Amino acid sequence: MADPHLANYTDEDFRDELLATLPHLRAFARGLCGRHDFADDLTQEAAIKAWTARERYQPGTNMRAWTFAILRNHYLSELRRSRRQTDLDEGVAERLLVMNADQEGPLHLSDMEDALQKLNPERREAVLLVGAGGFTYEEAAAIADCAVGTMKSRVARARTDLAKLLDSDPGEAASPKKKAKSGSRKTS
Amino acid sequence: MSDTEGPKGPERKPGLPPETRRDGEPGWAVGLRKLYNSVVDEPLPSSFDDLLKKLDDGEDG
Repeated sequence: MADPHLANYTDEDFRDELLATLPHLRAFARGLCGRHDFADDLTQEAAIKAWTARERYQPGTNMRAWTFAILRNHYLSELRRSRRQTDLDEGVAERLLVMNADQEGPLHLSDMEDALQKLNPERREAVLLVGAGGFTYEEAAAIADCAVGTMKSRVARARTDLAKLLDSDPGEAASPKKKAKSGSRKTS
Repeated sequence: MSDTEGPKGPERKPGLPPETRRDGEPGWAVGLRKLYNSVVDEPLPSSFDDLLKKLDDGEDG
């Protein structure tokens, strides 16, 4: 607490931390949206937002978590915006993303990237944060602004989905749920 | 007890980033981290030059 380094935390210190975080932001953004160009735009916009909001950063806390939350919120608002613009057809934005990814030509989506993009967005975000980014459930829940239990459940579901998609061993990977009892409610 | 896995100490298998060396993980979990780390290890593209300059100059967005 009385760390003199933190007491003297300057804009330059912030900038250095932010710069060191940029590659991670890019990786997170790429996983979230699956598009290289869009991910880089998101990263840069998030970095600018972080820089302008630097007064609100508490030195000594987790810069990666702080900036991931900024990027995530920015990404969601961009998605909402594009959805609003195309509210006649909610699938348009999604199809655009796929088309643009295809148009990148030499880019070949790996099986992993492909599988990630097939996940429900909340699960994708969850498994990116915990499985790839190495955040704890608590940190990931704070970034995604949800309860820790919700985060755990999203990660578990994402894992099951990814295992199904990639390890092609659905028997093993399927959720350990017992066969639905008759009359039980079907969930999706 | 019967934990026969290697030590989880600082020793890592060379050649792989430490993040990919967690024993007993399914392939996709390793693949996910590899994918993430492959982006982390990429140099920033030139499209970031502007941003880097802004930060260098201490400009506000």
